[in-house]
Formats: sequence, structure tokens, C-alpha cells
Amino acid sequence: MPKITFIEDDGTEHAVEAGADESVMQAAMDNLVPGIVAECGGYANCATCHVYVDPEWADKLPAPEEAEEVMIEAAFDVRPTSRLSCQVQVTEDTDGLIVQLPASQTGA
Amino acid sequence: MPENVVVVGAGQAGSELATTLRQRGWSGGITLIGDEVSPPYQRPPLSKGFLLGKLSREKLYLKPAATYERFNIALRLGTWAETIDRAAKELVVSDGSRLPYDKLVLATGGRARRLTLPGVDVDQLDNLFTLRRIDDVDALRPHFVPGRKLVLIGGGYVGLEIAAVATQLDLDVTVVEAAPRLLARVTGPEVSGFLEDVHRSHGVRFRLAATVADVAVDASGHRVTGVEVSASGVVERLDAGLVLVGIGMEPNTHLASAAGLEVDNGIVVDEFARTSDPDILAIGDCANQPSAYAGRRIRLESAPNAIEHAKVCAATILGRPQASTATPWFWSEQYDLKLQMVGLSAGHDRCITRGGTGTAMSAFYLTGDRIVAADVISRPADFATARQLVTSGRPVDPERLADSEIPLAQAAL
Ligand SMILES: Cc1cc2nc3c(=O)[nH]c(=O)nc-3n(C[C@H](O)[C@H](O)[C@H](O)COP(=O)(O)OP(=O)(O)OC[C@H]3O[C@@H](n4cnc5c(N)ncnc54)[C@H](O)[C@@H]3O)c2cc1C
Ligand code: FES
Repeated sequence: MPKITFIEDDGTEHAVEAGADESVMQAAMDNLVPGIVAECGGYANCATCHVYVDPEWADKLPAPEEAEEVMIEAAFDVRPTSRLSCQVQVTEDTDGLIVQLPASQTGA
Repeated sequence: MPENVVVVGAGQAGSELATTLRQRGWSGGITLIGDEVSPPYQRPPLSKGFLLGKLSREKLYLKPAATYERFNIALRLGTWAETIDRAAKELVVSDGSRLPYDKLVLATGGRARRLTLPGVDVDQLDNLFTLRRIDDVDALRPHFVPGRKLVLIGGGYVGLEIAAVATQLDLDVTVVEAAPRLLARVTGPEVSGFLEDVHRSHGVRFRLAATVADVAVDASGHRVTGVEVSASGVVERLDAGLVLVGIGMEPNTHLASAAGLEVDNGIVVDEFARTSDPDILAIGDCANQPSAYAGRRIRLESAPNAIEHAKVCAATILGRPQASTATPWFWSEQYDLKLQMVGLSAGHDRCITRGGTGTAMSAFYLTGDRIVAADVISRPADFATARQLVTSGRPVDPERLADSEIPLAQAAL
């Protein structure tokens, strides 16, 4: 099963095993990783599943589709490596993926 | 610290509360009780992708059942909470067991409001449905046959989403709405008109300012064959092979009121989700809460609120009470339109729109020079900015706001 490491803003690491055919957001939910809210449940409507993909990985993931690209603007503290984790699919190719969690999903 | 948290209602709010408590280090017992048999799931897709047949059942589950087990959350499904014994601090459930609690959380959500017509027992009608739960979809989905005449009673968000799915599945759809326009309670006339046009262009028919007077049934007494609607005193019969009633929901407050807790359009709670009994809390669709955003009490029916309210409740139980400052928001999907609504527009004094093409538009509701709410249709970048403007309460220049050529953020003063 593909592994994903989530790193909280304070440096706390969560290494989890993701199910094939789920999103990175869902992998965080299944494993109670804090820092992702996912208000809309995975439909690119809320931008509260924002993560920063490790620079090593940024180019290896499929590029965002339009729905993600426009909604990412709604996230808090957007950077070049920002992604909406509900739109990033777990596959065998993503084994070892590292993502950083923002300090806040909403800025509040 | 209290030991046992018992949660009634294994829906979005209850599930979020149970998992947030564990996530934040709660080591006591957590029991999550729900009458439905599926593990906690997302309701929003029930009238969207799931009804359309695009999503599997498992994709609706908020988490796989194994997650609850792994994090030592006792999930008791198919179990109804009967009564609260406040003196003994015990919850009595349908199998007769009594569960002791230190903190009890009511996350009971609501049930679909039923159609009431004199002399008609809707329970006897095999082709009349409401939509609130996954089993409702299971029951009505076989009736979604191309060509069938669907009469949809109620033109709210859920009703319109069902209309969109049904037309995409080639049903023949007529929506009956009591108000003179769609979504009248929650949106401005500009957005109502926009959506009505979109639905009409897909073949949906509307009867507005029309009320249901009666239903016609066949000889068996179990099949609706027509719906009688009355508009401006004129009665018309609409043929129907299938009837869906989407006239909102009623909060499940019985457990609370029977236990003597204060109930008024929902279970009354303070800003920390506590009811009039400090050991009993209430969250999500069933709760009437003070809102810092609105400056009054409100009861919200939305997934973001269920999540936010669960987090407030978890903080209270963990002894670090913190009230919410969140701005309410909601979304909907109809055809290929993405609707995102932020804030509550009630009481606004003017509406300014931008976009307004056949496929996208944004409507901003102002009180004075501040945007109090916005409805954004397929302009998600506007939604992002609107959410910030509503939350911050920054004044805006109405002329710049109305000019689609100027980026929305530059409308702020
Ligand atoms: C068709 C539909 C579409 C929607 N679309 C959207 C949308 O697009 N966006 C959005 O933000 N929101 C949407 N919503 C609203 C959203 O789903 C609700 O706000 C959310 O589910 C509320 O969560 P809750 O946990 O408070 O209540 P619920 O999800 O209703 O869960 C409460 C649970 O408690 C159970 N229960 C009640 N009493 C008892 C008892 N005594 N014993 C045991 N169990 C009990 C109920 O059966 C239910 O399973 C939609 C709702 C519906 C029905
Ligand atoms: S969960 Fe809402 S955008 Fe990803």
C-alpha cells in the first residue's frame, strides 16, 4: 500500500498507509491526521484540504485539473507547491509522497 | 476530566466530533450511536453524484468503518436512542441497554418534512418519496426511469439538484413551488431567475406560487397518478408517475425536549455548544446556536457547519472552550454549474451582480457598503474573494463591484 507522510506546521510527522484509489485528503481522514478540514468532502468546493507538496514530488504528480486550479486560489497562504489534497489521487506511483500541512486552513 | 462521551447521531457532526476528540488526545471512552446502518456518510452527494449513479456507496462514507475501530470509537449502528435519564446520567437505547455518560452530545440532525394533505396517508403511497437518507435513494432510484413524469414538490436547493439529476436521466420534470420564485428564502431574485432559466433550458417545467391541493391515486390506493396544484385559485392536475417531496427538514429535537432541555427551532445551545444542562451538548443541524457572524441565534443546515460545530464541541469537552467565528457557507451542484454561497443574505439592502452570462454569475448582497453575503455560480475565484470580504467586513466600492472588468479584490476600499 502506498505510503504518505504528512508533516504538520510544527514539524510533527504522520506516516500513513493509503488505500489505492483514494485521494490524499481521504488518506488523512482515514488516519485522523489533523490539519485538513475538507468541508466539502472532496469536491473541489471548499479549499480546506490545502497542502504543500514536497518540492521533490511537485513535478511527479499529475498537474491539477481546472476545478482544482481555480479553487486553490481560495486557500489560505497559497504557494507554488500548493495543491488541494482531495484532487490528488493516491497510486502506486505516489508511494513515499511527502506533503506539508499549512498552519491553518482558513487563516482564522 | 470526564471519562465517557456518548454521542447520539452517527451523521456528519457526530462522526466529526468523535474523531476530533481522539485526534486531540481524548483518552476516555467514546460511543457513537446511530439508527442508520451505514457508517457515517456524506449527505450532500445523495441529491447529486450518488443519485446520478456516478458515485459508489463507499465513496460516501466519511471514513471506513475500520477507522472507528482502530481509534477505539465504539460505533453502534442500527441503534435508536430512546430516552435520556439526566438524574442517573444514562442514555437508554433501543436494545434496552443503559449507557452511562459524563458528557452526552446530541447530533441528531433532522428528518425530511412530510407532505400533509387532508385525507391522504403518504405512508401508503409507493411512488411518493422524500430524500434525506441513503435508504431513501435506494428506494426511489428504481423509479428513475427515462420518460417517467416526476412531480417535484419544493424548489429549494435539494429539490433543484434532484431536478437536474432527473432531467439528465431523461425524466420529465415539473417543479411545484409555493413561493413566487425559486430559493426565495435564501437568495435574491437575480439568482432565482438565473437558475430558473437554466433549468427551463434543460426542459424542466415550473409551477410557481402554486400549492399542492391533493393527490390522485389509482384503484389500489397505493400509486399516485397525479398531483393537483392550485395557483391563484385555479386548480390544475399534473400527471405523475413519481412524486418527490423536497420541502425542507425538521430538526430531531424530541430526545432533548422529552428530557426537559430547552428547544426552540432546534436544541438551544450556547456559543460553546452546551444545552441548558452543562453535561449535554448539541451540534449540527439539530442545534440552535448564537452566531458571531449573524449577531443572533441561527440554526444552520450545512456540512461545513456540522464540521465546525463539532470542533467547537470537542474543544468544550476537552476543557478549552472556544466559540466559532466562522462565516456560514454552502454549496450546490446543478448540471455543470458550481454554486457557492457565503453568508446569509437576509436583511440586505441591495444586490450587485457581475458576470450574468448564461453559464456564470455572481451576486453580492450589501448592507451599506459591506458585503454580507454572496451567491457565486461557476466563478470560483469570485467565491474565494467574496468569502474573504464577507468575513473581514471590509467596505467596498459598489461601482467597482459591479464592473466585471475589475478584479473583485480591487472592489475593496
Ligand atoms: C439531499 C441532501 C443534500 C445536501 N446537500 C448539501 C450540500 O450540498 N452542502 C452542504 O453543506 N450541506 C448539504 N446538505 C446538508 C448536510 O448534509 C447536513 O447539514 C449535514 O448532514 C448535517 O449533519 P448532522 O450530523 O448535523 O445531521 P445528520 O447528517 O442528519 O445526522 C444525524 C444522524 O442522527 C440520527 N439520529 C437522529 N436521532 C437519533 C436517535 N434518537 N438515535 C439514533 N440516531 C439518531 C439520524 O438518523 C442521522 O443519521 C444536504 C442534505 C441533504 C439531505
Ligand atoms: S475537500 Fe473541499 S476542496 Fe478538497
